[in-house]
Amino acid sequence: MEIGVCVKRVPMVGGKIVLTPDEQEVDTRLSGFTISPHEECAVEEAVQITERLGGTVSVITLGPAVAADQLREALALGARRAVLLETDGREWGPIATAAAIVAEVRRHAADGPGYDLLLCGNEAADTGDYQVGIRVACALGWPCVTGIKGLEITETGAGPGARARREYHGGEEMFDFGLPAVVCVKEGINLPRYPSLPGRLRAKRAVIEQHEPQWQGEGLRKRSLRVPATHRRQATVLGTGADAVPALLGVLDEWGVLP
Amino acid sequence: MTVLCLVERDAEGPADASLRALAFAARVAAAGQAGPVPVAAVLFGPADQVPGDTLAAHGAVSVHVVEPGHLDGYAPRAWARALAGLAAETGAAVVVAAATDRGNEVMAYLGALTGLPVAANCVQAEPGEDGAYQIVRHRWAGLLLEEARLEGSPALMTVATEAVAPATVAGPGSGALPVHPYAPGLDDDDLRVRATETAGHSSGASLATARVVVGGGRGVGGPDGFAPLEELASLLGGVVGVSRVVTSEGWRPHRQQVGQTGTKITPELYLACGISGAIQHMAGCAGAKHIVVVNTDPAAPILAHADYAVIGDLSEVIPALVAALRERSASA
Repeated sequence: MEIGVCVKRVPMVGGKIVLTPDEQEVDTRLSGFTISPHEECAVEEAVQITERLGGTVSVITLGPAVAADQLREALALGARRAVLLETDGREWGPIATAAAIVAEVRRHAADGPGYDLLLCGNEAADTGDYQVGIRVACALGWPCVTGIKGLEITETGAGPGARARREYHGGEEMFDFGLPAVVCVKEGINLPRYPSLPGRLRAKRAVIEQHEPQWQGEGLRKRSLRVPATHRRQATVLGTGADAVPALLGVLDEWGVLP
Repeated sequence: MTVLCLVERDAEGPADASLRALAFAARVAAAGQAGPVPVAAVLFGPADQVPGDTLAAHGAVSVHVVEPGHLDGYAPRAWARALAGLAAETGAAVVVAAATDRGNEVMAYLGALTGLPVAANCVQAEPGEDGAYQIVRHRWAGLLLEEARLEGSPALMTVATEAVAPATVAGPGSGALPVHPYAPGLDDDDLRVRATETAGHSSGASLATARVVVGGGRGVGGPDGFAPLEELASLLGGVVGVSRVVTSEGWRPHRQQVGQTGTKITPELYLACGISGAIQHMAGCAGAKHIVVVNTDPAAPILAHADYAVIGDLSEVIPALVAALRERSASA
């Protein structure tokens, strides 16, 4: 099974998001970068599938040269090949990003076996566009499902397939489809492992394949970012321990939330 | 010119998220450059089950329905194909859907099929003079707002429903809603991915729509600490939600997670117990009307985002609260 996993370098945000003075970016001077959480799970899922069925996990990212750090994070977790689609640091929209990934998928198919499965995170932590995987799939003519929290590789009469599950109204809905396909996964599909020491060493030495796709403008254009105003202020302390319960009940009663 | 709004259904009728999307659609339609334009709801399912009264009360003036004879069940690309056809037929200026799993998926397919941009998780949209929309949308699950310009005809948007309340409109709103059946032209590719719903639908309130959520975090201490929270939630007619650390430790299933990578909640009351308030958690509960914190640490970050706090150990405060609620209901 040849699996490509698309990951995105995003700022690591802890207690508070601070913007740059021009209100265009998250200020990352005091924070690091990481892979979006859903994509960490996508890497883990791909590694688990190849551990069961054999094959290779390639990790793909579109970003500046330093995004190689995130490729190495994925290599340390068990990916064996890494592809950097290098940008000049500009923000790429979902249409341009999908086009660059499609080109990589076609290149990989031209050079060798091609991908059987492309895993993406359901949405990037920062831009949250919810569409790159579907745009890639439509361009390739592959099936695509999103929001997936359970994935099995199956054998159909017509070749390899997959069964994917997602939560739906307290139950779940299930999708069966043939491969190759794009599957966009959510955190909760697995618990990602921690990198092993041999994994880290291998990642450090790994050669990263590089390409430079062409940026294109698109019809959704950012003007500025801002931190939303909140109507909440520091909480009023009602009291300490069980003694505070009558005051708490009084507040809940006033709000009309008691049965 | 219309604004089309995809309406999903659940067991009780139109999904709460879709009513929120309708409220958004009605606001966008009212702000039309050449005067207000009508909002048309798009539904999939039997025409005789269209909840006309509810849709009219929430601002729809007509309904387009794709019946099971043409398309049975959920197939995301086929739903998008139907929306594309309806948008062309009605000259839609805007197509919106709630930013649910299905809404996001269908709108992304619609964007891919038409080559148009999609703005996800919008909270505001106003038409400009040149036909483009000035939008405000969530980034970082609502921790940041993005002001952006969205081109494309129709303009495609999903709605961050945790930030847009459902709204009823004044007007006729009495069952007189015209229902237009629509037969989309579908090909095999449109039907390659179809959902099979499986059993296990819970009859209780879902996390996303619960009126009361009792949250549990690291301070709960372990998987055994949740029984008192479950009891409290049940007394309050609510459900239990948890922070990310609780699911990554495997104490509770991921479907109970409140946060950026879990569920976004919109309860009347969020009672956050033993939760420090990491930014990724706050992204999930910012839509709560009231937040009360129970925490041993008066300096926990979550106190900066809450209305009231009780400082103390959960093992003391929660049983006392449960006892007080029982006493109250016994004397009522």
